[in-house]
Amino acid sequence: MAETSDDKAVVVRDLVRRFGSFVAVNRVSFEVRRGEIFGFLGPNGAGKSTTIRMLCGILRPSEGAGSVAGFDIRTQTEQIKSRIGYMSQRFSLYEDLTVEENINFYSGIYRIAPDRKRERKEWVLRMAGLADHRNSRTSVLSGGWKQRLALGCAILHEPSIIFLDEPTSGVDPMSRRRFWNLIYELAGRGVTVFVTTHYMDEAEYCDRIGLMYRGKLIATGTPEDLKHRFMREEVLEVGCERFQDALGEIEKLPGVREVAVFGRGLHVVAEDGETVAAEIRTLLAEKGFCSAHVEKIVPTLEDVFVSLIEAQDREESAEAEVRR
Amino acid sequence: MSSSSIRRTCALARKEFLHILRDARSLGMAIAIPMLMLLLFGYALTLDVDNVPMVVWDQSDTQLSRDFISRFHGSRYFSVRGYARTYREVEREIDSGFALVALVVPRDFASRVEAGRPAQVQMIVDGSDSNTATIAMGYADVVSLTFSQDVAIRWMQSVGGPSFAPPLEVRPRVWFNADMESRNYIVPGLTAVIMMVISALLTSLTVAREWERGTMEQLISTPVKGYELVLGKLAPYFAVGMFDMLLAVLMGKFLFHVPLRGDAVLLFAIAAVFLAGILSMGMLVSILMKSQLLASQIAMVLTFLPSFLLSGFVYPISNMAKPVQWISYAVPARYFVALMRAIYLKGTGLELLAGEIALLVVFGAIMLALANARFKKKLT
Repeated sequence: MAETSDDKAVVVRDLVRRFGSFVAVNRVSFEVRRGEIFGFLGPNGAGKSTTIRMLCGILRPSEGAGSVAGFDIRTQTEQIKSRIGYMSQRFSLYEDLTVEENINFYSGIYRIAPDRKRERKEWVLRMAGLADHRNSRTSVLSGGWKQRLALGCAILHEPSIIFLDEPTSGVDPMSRRRFWNLIYELAGRGVTVFVTTHYMDEAEYCDRIGLMYRGKLIATGTPEDLKHRFMREEVLEVGCERFQDALGEIEKLPGVREVAVFGRGLHVVAEDGETVAAEIRTLLAEKGFCSAHVEKIVPTLEDVFVSLIEAQDREESAEAEVRR
Repeated sequence: MSSSSIRRTCALARKEFLHILRDARSLGMAIAIPMLMLLLFGYALTLDVDNVPMVVWDQSDTQLSRDFISRFHGSRYFSVRGYARTYREVEREIDSGFALVALVVPRDFASRVEAGRPAQVQMIVDGSDSNTATIAMGYADVVSLTFSQDVAIRWMQSVGGPSFAPPLEVRPRVWFNADMESRNYIVPGLTAVIMMVISALLTSLTVAREWERGTMEQLISTPVKGYELVLGKLAPYFAVGMFDMLLAVLMGKFLFHVPLRGDAVLLFAIAAVFLAGILSMGMLVSILMKSQLLASQIAMVLTFLPSFLLSGFVYPISNMAKPVQWISYAVPARYFVALMRAIYLKGTGLELLAGEIALLVVFGAIMLALANARFKKKLT
């Protein structure tokens, strides 16, 4: 493809995938630079996995074009497969085999040179913290171990791009942190990491993120970028007692777009933050909510995402209205 | 096949072999079921009609009638289980299944025979099992005929005639299965049928299992090639299948005492060709179905009925209706059953069996090519 220059690991143009009449991925376009950690963020069923499968060459696109490591995702899938590492949603290890047998199997499949085999195996065992469990059946391992072993098996052949499909779902917080440290380590060596997640906090770890919703890529950018560029409204943090009761009152105020519970307080989205903040203060004092505080904050990614999704929904219902 | 391809195939074969070893169910299916089937059918399925249970109502009760009855009792074909005094008793014995045939010798039997007049005896047969009934009647005819002949000779000698010999006498000589043991005929065919059913069942699970468990998604994202996967997965099941074959041949020899006249090497070589074809067929089903339950059921239907009914294992193909005979040409077990019997019973060599062997090779090649072509490294 002409667009693919050397610094682009992934280039996608107007990618579409339909399953029957359902459009799982709807004209998605984006680029990922080499060495970047690119996060795909979105709710379940948004089309993240479908996109990743097309990039890995295991699912045919219905329309559109794309390249991975300079190879066409329609015609050169086998070349792609020998250059990437893919970790599918369910850590697809052979549960009846031991840790070592799983590694041996994939090192045979990836044809790791005999003189490097041992070294790579020890590296995976050390990386996953499984050196003492090399002879354990994979089925008895905890989620975090399975996850790291699956990652190890997928990168035995030291690919330049790795695709991780929800690698941290069902894994405890400590293991999640450890996993992200591994991803940073890989990225530090120049490996491009393409990761999907529905955890907002993980998205903050990425160099750039793409927000997917109902098959569409609704925004891409760095986390900072998204927080400032895409958030037209302002976010107020409201802390008070009985905040659940306050929620109902604040919602009725004019100029308030949305109120949501966030931690032990509320996040209020409004177009004009200053005015609404004053109104809220007055309201809470009148209704007798004690020790209230209201302040303008930098929106979190979750705020941005919710705001973008609502804008998208408004747009779609407006379109539907016009069509009718 | 390049050396690197061989490495991948070996990695797959080793992994698949570990699956078999670790999974008690599939190991049991691979080894216990064939042995169980061979034991069950080997002992239960016999086409010989021996020791037909018989009840006798001897109204004559003379030296001669007792002599006549002893001809039945003395043969291996009948065994006199009891004596009746009335038709009601005869009826009860046959109804209850205690006896399959009843022999009624009339009151005037001895007097008529001694007077040189024709005598009649009555034979009542339970016709509900028509096959056994026909055979039993045939035996009874022969026993009576020999008895009449003996009576005639004795009578002619007593009137001082010259020593008499019957004008024609058939001296049968049986080739190939000299003892006329149906077991010698059944065990080789049975081995063929078991091999077909078990081996297709084994491979029908292997690809579908990986789709169901999600490991296939991981596998197709690697640079592994379709033929490496098919061959790698076939190899361990081929080893298991050949082990089953060895077990079956050993059981045939030491348990059922079926003599192997032909070349054992040829026998195993043909079994290997047959096995490769059937394993590939099971693999093809697994690739197409992507579901273990569906694939195993289809494999059963594809192998069990055709190999039992259309292979000539129990029912001779030449007795079948023409259209059914044509269908049987598409059943590979037909050739394998014929080859097994030819080698076991007749000791036939390669030169006479080449045609059937060629057909097995063609079948195997088609199945392997189809399995390879239908395996796609894509999700749908």
